Amino acid sequence: MTAHSAPMPAEIVVPLAARRTVLEVENLSLSFRNADGLLPIVTDVSFSIREGEAVALVGESGCGKSITASAIMGIAPENAVIGGRIVLNGQEISALGPKDRRKLCGRHMGFIFQEPMTALHPTLSIGRQMTDTLKHNLGLSQSAATQRAAELLDRVGIPRARDILRGYVHELSGGMRQRVMIALAISCGPSLIIADEPTTALDVTIQAQVLDLLEDMRREMDLAMLFITHDLEVVGDFCDRAVVMYAGDVVERGQSADITRHPSHPYARGLIDAVPAHDDGRTRLTPILGTVPPVGQWPEGCRFAPRCGRADEKCRTRPRLETLSQTDVRCWHPLEAGA
Amino acid sequence: MLRYLFKRFLLILPTIFVPLILVFLLLRLSPGDPAGMMLGDQATPEQIAALRTQLGLDQPIWMQFVLWLKGIVTLDLGNSIFFREPVMQIIPRYATVTILLTSVALVLAVVIGVTLGLVSAMNRNKPIDRGVVTTAVLGISLPEFWFALLLIFVFAVTLRWFPVAGYNSPDAGIIAFGATIFLPALALGVRQSALMTRMMRSSMLDVLNEPYITTARAQGLPETTVLGRYAMRTAAMPVVTVAGLSAGYMLGGAVAIEIIFALPGLGRMLVEAVGRRDYPLVEGGVLTISLVLAVLNLLIDLVYALLDPRIRYQ
Repeated sequence: MTAHSAPMPAEIVVPLAARRTVLEVENLSLSFRNADGLLPIVTDVSFSIREGEAVALVGESGCGKSITASAIMGIAPENAVIGGRIVLNGQEISALGPKDRRKLCGRHMGFIFQEPMTALHPTLSIGRQMTDTLKHNLGLSQSAATQRAAELLDRVGIPRARDILRGYVHELSGGMRQRVMIALAISCGPSLIIADEPTTALDVTIQAQVLDLLEDMRREMDLAMLFITHDLEVVGDFCDRAVVMYAGDVVERGQSADITRHPSHPYARGLIDAVPAHDDGRTRLTPILGTVPPVGQWPEGCRFAPRCGRADEKCRTRPRLETLSQTDVRCWHPLEAGA
Repeated sequence: MLRYLFKRFLLILPTIFVPLILVFLLLRLSPGDPAGMMLGDQATPEQIAALRTQLGLDQPIWMQFVLWLKGIVTLDLGNSIFFREPVMQIIPRYATVTILLTSVALVLAVVIGVTLGLVSAMNRNKPIDRGVVTTAVLGISLPEFWFALLLIFVFAVTLRWFPVAGYNSPDAGIIAFGATIFLPALALGVRQSALMTRMMRSSMLDVLNEPYITTARAQGLPETTVLGRYAMRTAAMPVVTVAGLSAGYMLGGAVAIEIIFALPGLGRMLVEAVGRRDYPLVEGGVLTISLVLAVLNLLIDLVYALLDPRIRYQ
């Protein structure tokens, strides 16, 4: 541990339920305005994250996970129409203008992107990118910013920090790049980190290291973390709660242990069955047949119905997100616990 | 970095010598005899033969080439047949004008092109963007000599802001020099500025879609920094390429402009020297242009290396 970091309440374990809520998303919806009118991308997403808590946003590609994150960050495309409320540390940020939203980025929210090779600038040095952020957000001088940048790299486990600061992203390995990305994201002391598939582009061996690092940062800094992923193993190991999205909807929401062990929504079940497991003796994987319907071609009623073995007439009307015994589920025919 | 530049330097040697060999051969294989032209219609064959011997034109071609190469190495390009004075003294007089003209034109083209391209990209699909794109297409389609005549008509003849033609060297004062160089440089640079406008616009639009721009925004950096530093840094690369090509093109394309504006430049000198079969002067002129182009390319490579660290390590 380096001297500058915040005192760590290692001995006092505050129960999650008693902790301060960092992010609240209520009935978030997002549509793209185009020539034909409004094209819905995300409908009715609600969840919250507390201090020190990691929440997973799970689903296949095209379910609206990343666009949900960009709406929270305030960097959704210009033609996006966003509804609902986003509250960060008690402030309703969805009501703010673009300039005020930008000021929250870096200082209050940090972002980790999927592909650090392209998410870091190719021709500006690592140090320049870090000190630009530190100088602007924290008002540090160049020398103080460089000092702090070196400490941050040190903290995320990068050796020879001073040399790396002078270097460029193409000189680093994939894992090192993502460590730099993490250092950049936490550099200005945010309370929320949004990580969009932070390990997807990495080698399997490196994935575990990066996840460990994120876990350490979360504990040390009491970070609220929104973790966008399609990897259910990561969800189970790393996240406290999970929000499963399908075609712009939240289909299941609850403790990640409950969802990964006893999913109630057939889609969540399908996601789990599609992952190779080490211990259940299965010899074949069960894929979810078909693909996520493209935006604008969602079926009436339950959007998962065309791919669902349990669908019937009732699924032609849209189910609501209802609280079952353990999780909140949007399904007319949820699976029994333990099924 | 030095290794990279040395490699680049080796690569430009052919750029210098291939055009020289071609010009040397072309001049001697084309009809026309400098000795005959110099002495006029009344000369006897004996007089012509004597002058040919004096100029070394009676030697076999390969021997002439070897002698000429020897001249280059010893920095003695011989005497101009027409001016009867050393080529090494004539060329700098003319080359200075052309290099100044091209430099001013390049600066104008880059300033206009980068500014308009940026404005256009920032206001994508808005009226101002469409206006700029349309103007750029027009600019690319206009022949330079026509635009030069238009400029003369409007700014020199009608408004009388600038002289119609002629040249003052920078020694005469920056204002006197500027007055005679501005219109020619604008005429020469306008097509290149239109090219650069389009290049800057499309390059900027590409870069703005890059993930590292999203990262810069997500770090809370203000839009001026995101655009001015993070986006410009990479978006400028293709414009540097175009600027290099443009400079080469303008160096060669300065002939028409130099003639219209009566500038004593290298292009005009070369055209006249070819007409007079003034071999040493033509060869000296081509050598100069090749050298300038080669140095220019080296400069562009240097700018690349400064802008993009990935190149330095190749």
